[in-house]
Amino acid sequence: MTAHSTLAFTLYPYARSADQDRAEPAYHKVVVVGGGPVGLAMALDLGLRGVPVLVLDDNEGVGEGSRAICFSKRCLEICDRLGAAGPMMGKGVVWNVGKVFHDDRLLYEFNLSPEGGHAFPAFINLQQPYFEKYLHDAILAAQAKGSPIEMRGGNRVTQVTPDATGATLQIDTRDGPYSLRTDWLVACDGARSPLRGMLGLNFDGRVFEDNFLIADVRMQASFPTERWFWFEPHFKSGASALLHKQPDDVWRIDFQLGWDIDRKAELDPAKIRARVDAMLGPDVSYDLVWTSIYTFQCRRMDRFRHGRVLFAGDSAHQVSPFGARGANSGLQDVDNLGWKLAAVMAGQAPDALLDSYDSERVHGADENILNSSRATDFITPKSKVSKLFRDAVLGLAATLPFARTIVNSGRLSVPCTYDGSTLNGPDHAAMPPRSRPGSACPDAPTPEGWLLNRLTQGFTLLTIDAHAPDSLTAQGQILPRLALTATPELTARYLGQAKSAIYLIRPDHHVAARWETYDEPAVTQAFARALGKE
Amino acid sequence: MLITAPNLSRPDDSYARLIALHDGLSEDESHALNARLILILMNQIGDDAVLAQAMELAKKPT
Ligand SMILES: Cc1cc2nc3c(=O)[nH]c(=O)nc-3n(C[C@H](O)[C@H](O)[C@H](O)COP(=O)(O)OP(=O)(O)OC[C@H]3O[C@@H](n4cnc5c(N)ncnc54)[C@H](O)[C@@H]3O)c2cc1C
Repeated sequence: MTAHSTLAFTLYPYARSADQDRAEPAYHKVVVVGGGPVGLAMALDLGLRGVPVLVLDDNEGVGEGSRAICFSKRCLEICDRLGAAGPMMGKGVVWNVGKVFHDDRLLYEFNLSPEGGHAFPAFINLQQPYFEKYLHDAILAAQAKGSPIEMRGGNRVTQVTPDATGATLQIDTRDGPYSLRTDWLVACDGARSPLRGMLGLNFDGRVFEDNFLIADVRMQASFPTERWFWFEPHFKSGASALLHKQPDDVWRIDFQLGWDIDRKAELDPAKIRARVDAMLGPDVSYDLVWTSIYTFQCRRMDRFRHGRVLFAGDSAHQVSPFGARGANSGLQDVDNLGWKLAAVMAGQAPDALLDSYDSERVHGADENILNSSRATDFITPKSKVSKLFRDAVLGLAATLPFARTIVNSGRLSVPCTYDGSTLNGPDHAAMPPRSRPGSACPDAPTPEGWLLNRLTQGFTLLTIDAHAPDSLTAQGQILPRLALTATPELTARYLGQAKSAIYLIRPDHHVAARWETYDEPAVTQAFARALGKE
Repeated sequence: MLITAPNLSRPDDSYARLIALHDGLSEDESHALNARLILILMNQIGDDAVLAQAMELAKKPT
């Protein structure tokens, strides 16, 4: 991947900190390394829970270039919990329809538009720099309200020495080096993770032998707001091609170039324009906003937790972009880790709770790697036989609907369900599978607003047409109740065939356990389990 | 469950049809046709567990 030389937004310019003048390393409770989307969201999640957090980033803001453009419903729900979704929705482009072409034929179209009764759409398109800026704006707003978040730009971590109670960091700045001591370290330093390298940890997986040219162009065009994907396009600009709208009249164009290419020659603007012209036709005028050539890989670390050092986002796992599972899964890491780290630090949960971050998010990463590898294998068949079958599928798909279900130009990111997690408690057979223990709560309208907005920052006991006390004290905490009466949406999403329901919901809005009626010992036990006490 | 007991209504006719299908085709065309045929039959079978058994069986050298 190419390094960013210029900044799209300067967000956290370097400023000398008093820590740099101390003789002894200054002490911090949590240090997050990396201020990309994952590091920013991590700081926000912890800060909003009152956990003091320091973010170190070697840059001073967001680099030029879009990279991620598709942000999923689940990602937006998480950002909403963090107070950042409003501007994302304001700026982002909502889309639901995708079309898949082979040569000059439309094979099929899909509509992601989910059922009604959700606060957020299936996807918005938004340039990654905006996504990061809005997260940073939310940090500024949280800081103004007293959240203990500190950002330090121009701070490059050069050395890390972990031990049983935390880690010591060496940091380089333009004023010279200094060091810090922290109880917990969250490494959000991206796919090339220098921290992972410093700790000598592996990052194994597959490299896909193909190059993709990404060109973001600005144009006034009448193409609809849809995802268009071509296999073997008739305009011959690549082995596959993608066209997708972003805000500010910018369109993402993506061409599959093959393995043996001359990168430098391919990045010549004249050559890029020839490819884009062939696709758009001779009469469309446009500006090249950003171009880059990528090779893609699917890989992850063996474990995301190494004692007091936790890896999140691209530093822990990397996928190809087909499926939009990079940043979207990084935000799910944050969602999973934030409450657990806060609970362990506050002594409300045992250290073992953090092992469930590892097992649940490794499960999520494996799901993403599987989906993303399959899509990449379909787009870039890796042998003669796989190309033979791929082409047979495309040939049949023009006329036979069954073959369209096999065509894979990316299975788009859906929330991960933590099936089999050690934190999960009892399930109830009459209730819908979609809200089984481990799954992210489906949103639903309620008379007082969206369901997800009514869940508390900690655990919530959601009751539907059920008797239960207004709150329960268990595990040294108060478990507040949200009492609702059935609506068609709540029945479809939570009750199923059951007459009533009690849901124990985690702070990351995943279901921990569910019952038909309230049983205090059972709820107390499931609560203990969800806190990693079993 | 994968059926391994005889199940073809007209074994000789079906087999002759399969061979005749490839008459006059180049090797590449034959491979492409076989791929389409496998996909069509896969859809007819549908059940992933049965397909897995069939693929396992096909992998074994006889
Ligand atoms: C072409 C392309 C398209 C994509 N499309 C999508 C999409 O549509 N949807 C999606 O969800 N994802 C997409 N992705 C993936 C997405 O861009 C990444 O998953 C996301 O940026 C990961 O965020 P991160 O915060 O983990 O890492 P990064 O964004 O890489 O941030 C890491 C940060 O750490 C800092 N850092 C590194 N080393 C140090 C150090 N030693 N000291 C201090 N700071 C350091 C860096 O400066 C950087 O700010 C796409 C990626 C590509 C390449």
